[in-house]
Amino acid sequence: MKPMAFDYLRAETLEAALEALRQGGEDARLLAGGQSLIAMLNLRLARPAILIDISRIKTLAYIREAGGMIEVGAATTQAELLRWPGLSEKVPLLALALPHVGHYQTRNKGTVCGSIAHADPSSELPLSLALLRGEVVLRSTGGQRIVSAEDFQTGLLSTARRADEIITAVRFPCGQPGEGHAFCEMARRHGDLAIVAVAVKATRESVVIGIGGVADRPRVRELPVQADSGFDDALNALAWDLDAMDDIHATARYRRQLVRRLGRRMIEEALSWRN
Amino acid sequence: MQQEKTKFVGQPLERVEDAALLSGHGRFVDDLAVRADTLAAAIVRSPHAHAEIRGIDVAAALALPGVAAVLTGEDIRKLSDPFLVVIKQPMEQWSLAVDRVRYVGEPVALVLAADRYRAEDAADLVEVSYQPLPPAVDPKLAARDDAPLLFEQMGTNVASARKFSYGDPDKAFAEADKVLTLEVEYPRNSLTPIECFAVVAEYHPGEGVFDVMSNFQGPFTTQPVMARALRVAGTGLRLRAPPNSGGSFGVKQSVFPYIVLMAIAARQTGRPVKWIEDRLEHLTAGNSAPNRVTTISAAVKADGKVTALRLDHLDDYGAFLRSPMPGPIYRMHGASTGAYDIRHLAIDVRVVMTNKMPAGLVRGFGGPQLYYALERLMHRIAVELQLDPLAVIRRNLIAAESFPYRAAAGALLDSGDYATAIATAVESGGLAELKRRRERARAEGRLYGIGHAAIVEPGMSNLGYLSTILTAEERDKAGPKNGAVSMATVNVDPLGAVSVNADTVPQGQGHATVLSQIVADELGLRPSDITTALDLDTHKDPWSIAAGSYSCRFTPGTAVAAKIAAGKIRDKLARIAAPMLNVPAGAVEFGGGKIFAADNPDNALKFSRVAGVTHWAPATMPDGMEQGMRETGVWSPPQIDATNAQDQTNSSLTYGFVFDFCGVEIDPDTGQTRIDRYVTMHDSGKLLNPLIADGQILGAFVQGLGAALYEEFIYDEDGNFLSGTFSDYLVPSACEAVEPLILHMETPSPFTPLGAKGLAEGNCMSTPVCVANAVCDALAIEHITLPLSPAKVAALIHGEEPPPPAAAAIDEAARSPVGAKLGSGPGSGPGTGLSGTGETLIPAPPETVWRTLLDPDALAAVIPGCDRLELTGENEYRATVSLGVGPVRGRFVATVKLSELEPPRAATLSGGLDGPLGSAVGSGRVHLEPAPEGTKVGYTYEVAIGGKVAAVGGRMLEGAARILVKQFFERLAAQIGGAPTAAAAPRWQWWRRLLAWLGGAS
Repeated sequence: MKPMAFDYLRAETLEAALEALRQGGEDARLLAGGQSLIAMLNLRLARPAILIDISRIKTLAYIREAGGMIEVGAATTQAELLRWPGLSEKVPLLALALPHVGHYQTRNKGTVCGSIAHADPSSELPLSLALLRGEVVLRSTGGQRIVSAEDFQTGLLSTARRADEIITAVRFPCGQPGEGHAFCEMARRHGDLAIVAVAVKATRESVVIGIGGVADRPRVRELPVQADSGFDDALNALAWDLDAMDDIHATARYRRQLVRRLGRRMIEEALSWRN
Repeated sequence: MQQEKTKFVGQPLERVEDAALLSGHGRFVDDLAVRADTLAAAIVRSPHAHAEIRGIDVAAALALPGVAAVLTGEDIRKLSDPFLVVIKQPMEQWSLAVDRVRYVGEPVALVLAADRYRAEDAADLVEVSYQPLPPAVDPKLAARDDAPLLFEQMGTNVASARKFSYGDPDKAFAEADKVLTLEVEYPRNSLTPIECFAVVAEYHPGEGVFDVMSNFQGPFTTQPVMARALRVAGTGLRLRAPPNSGGSFGVKQSVFPYIVLMAIAARQTGRPVKWIEDRLEHLTAGNSAPNRVTTISAAVKADGKVTALRLDHLDDYGAFLRSPMPGPIYRMHGASTGAYDIRHLAIDVRVVMTNKMPAGLVRGFGGPQLYYALERLMHRIAVELQLDPLAVIRRNLIAAESFPYRAAAGALLDSGDYATAIATAVESGGLAELKRRRERARAEGRLYGIGHAAIVEPGMSNLGYLSTILTAEERDKAGPKNGAVSMATVNVDPLGAVSVNADTVPQGQGHATVLSQIVADELGLRPSDITTALDLDTHKDPWSIAAGSYSCRFTPGTAVAAKIAAGKIRDKLARIAAPMLNVPAGAVEFGGGKIFAADNPDNALKFSRVAGVTHWAPATMPDGMEQGMRETGVWSPPQIDATNAQDQTNSSLTYGFVFDFCGVEIDPDTGQTRIDRYVTMHDSGKLLNPLIADGQILGAFVQGLGAALYEEFIYDEDGNFLSGTFSDYLVPSACEAVEPLILHMETPSPFTPLGAKGLAEGNCMSTPVCVANAVCDALAIEHITLPLSPAKVAALIHGEEPPPPAAAAIDEAARSPVGAKLGSGPGSGPGTGLSGTGETLIPAPPETVWRTLLDPDALAAVIPGCDRLELTGENEYRATVSLGVGPVRGRFVATVKLSELEPPRAATLSGGLDGPLGSAVGSGRVHLEPAPEGTKVGYTYEVAIGGKVAAVGGRMLEGAARILVKQFFERLAAQIGGAPTAAAAPRWQWWRRLLAWLGGAS
């Protein structure tokens, strides 16, 4: 459990990091909190030639509100976002979801953007971003582009980020009056990756439900507010549609069942929180 | 002057060990300084469950700068002897695989380099060529005549089979009102110390001595096994323990093959060799309890009285029978009837070998397996006879007046009052309230259940019990084996300071604290006056083969030896002090740091002054007294005698009693089991330190919860190992632990001078079955297998699954083939064996698709990460490929073979992948059929993925395969000149199969 030899560059500025990334190409990896990457390095599952550490870039350490969204910079940890005073008011879903992200200790190191970049299908932050239809801000030496959450995560550990790009920030749309939110997940133990995670945003007209841990990426579905059996049928259709897989912790069938049952619980909860 | 006679034994004193441990001053093996030229070791391990080793190429590894040597099985065969095994069978085991590997993770080569980083770099470059063999994984299948054999010369995988009968079980079964039978399986699990194995080996050529520092925990019966393998006399292998060891729970006995391996390496290289096991190594190949299949039957009277038991055990020890295996099956043998008065008993024992990691010591040692069968059956008897489970337990308990009680199979249960212990627990633990809670919950439609378990817990093993595996005639021939010798030495220095060393190798139990309490009481000192040095050194400390920390032997064994040693010192000091105090020796008392006249405490001398006489004025010692203030106490109780001619064996000196009950509630949506309340009653004789006792009980309880709910080593049916990280092998954390109510009763053991019994393993034995009984009660089901994963429990309560909506159903056949045989039922363990059938559409005529498949250059372009296919035979290729998903990437040697060709209609593809990240083997049959839009490709396939990726990436294997499938399909379409049709997209199953085998790289 020792990594292969690699070069390490601690970037002081975004420009330096971008330039190093441009030169490093496919052989370079970005290091922020390292909560997934370091384990992969130690298991030699990943063998980059150079690690570019962006965690000390001061201009990337921020949380700010802009254009009806909360923008979180790439050097901001999950713990910092969780204890940001405005969180439960501005993005109530994140206040519900973040405590499920790893453990207290890992949130102190792990970054918000790093979790989005890693694109684990069971992770809470990609699910939250997808449900809220947030955005990912990507920079390269060639410029900046904004990619919607829907287009960003393309599959298991796979995203639309190009090799020369850095996620400089992610943007979570702020909650609106009249919305209700709910989040829950089933994991074998506290802090384990979710077998199934369910996030719901309810408005007067519709219920948006997001499911993590089942398909190869978070999947989001919008349902009209309707009578009970309507939700049951929609959840059953969603459960089958996600193409659930078996692993050592749970069967595909169990995952489908959790989509139906936890989905139902969370829809009810989100509807009840509408104000 | 008042001389206080405080007794420290029995007091809840805080541990003297903790200040150093909690402030980061512990000294573990990896903290200790080593010689500057010490080499780091890394081990190349088998990715296969069962394979012949065709060759090992170490040239590239040796060429790496900083690499000093690479050892393989060939070297080990020349330099050592195979390990001794308990039974005479042709099952050679060495410290590196010789000719054949028999489990995933088996050491195949040892790389020695300047540091661990370089050692791992070089380990990646060792190329091992394997010929995979069919594996034997499931114990029941492995025991059959048609099973693949691990050791061909043995002619069977059943290494030992014995039948035992006590009393007249046939008659009792014939006369029973009812016979109940249950087949139970106990899973593979272990307990996972924070610190893994650690070895620093050195060879001193001048003395011809291997000098090894390791966190080996004993039993020191293993020391001769290691010395024999190294071809030296016992003194040629000096074993040393560090001051601290980071937990063991039995597990670190299994470091011994690595001690031998590193010792050989140190002699070969002429430099010290250090090996620190990492977590992946530990979970994959460190240690496991044996899994077991037991068919248990009871002959029962209508009132719930059990008159006879039949136990048919099939105990699965994995790939090798490491000394002292198969201990777990025979350690509990004499006490097979548990806490019950059952006089008629039949036991069948079969020891089976399978292609899994070798079993070894794990806290509980046979108890969890036995009681899972026995206490599940007691619960079943109550349900079947419509009796209260507690009433059935009570009806069968051994009566208080029968102690010492000789159980049918030979255990001599020393003391107890089981009925009173249960009554106290029921009262103090609030069983009545728990029953009311269950009633209320059920009235509200909730799933709530109550479970019980009553067990006896052995302490201090009789080293002769394992001879029960031999017939009486074989035992006679082999010579007597019995007992267990404990030793401790107490030393008083010139200034009167007292130190203790002993034959124990603590890993966090608090032995130093308890020894200081015992010696302080004997000598009238405070525990803080006593220095303990428990970093055992076989060249300097007292030890015999029973030494070590296992089988709860400290309290009934070493603690007694320390009391004996301190008593000898006390007797000497009393005789020296008597003339100085002018009283007879019998009238000398010790207390408060003084030695004084019993009838006149003011007539006193300082302890240090009297002790100093032996150093400063030896000539004034009383006549006939042996010189010196260093005394060793040796303790060998007579009750643990040899297995008798009737095969009765008393496997342990003390037997505590544990009675548990608990209430659980199950979430009807998620299947998650919540422990609502847990009560555990212990009668472990006299408690030497109640605080440490509760700590031991709490630790065993949480480990028991782990076994009940979380922990399992998972293998697929091909023997691939799937739980190599702490995300896969789940250990309960503080968040999952619930606090039990711990109750005590103290019925002293008549067989030990301190009256104390072993107590640290009980809940590892009682808690798994207690929780399972509660879950069976909650769900009104007959039986369930551990661990109680939510998915498994949910499958029992969720009933029929709602079908997919009509539109989705059409795709279902195409959707689910991968993993179709995985996890099909609640009991089936999912695995990496991906298989299925399906079809796809390629927009080109069959001839074009066929040409692409048979053209090495075209195929190379299609396979992700493949530069070039090298032709190795007719339609046989070999290539180095780089495969990956996201940040994960690895290089593999791929072999592809096309056979059974029917151009342009059908072909069989088979092949494999091998690389540091793992291996895959698979085959599939492909059919090409012309279709209006191009070619319909139909296929069947099977692929198994093993090695590191399976062990650490199980959660993502299938998803990774899908990504590689997509890449392959897009490239194939591009190669052929078309674009994939949308309709074909979800049906790339054949390509998935090909790529699943390439897809080792998750």
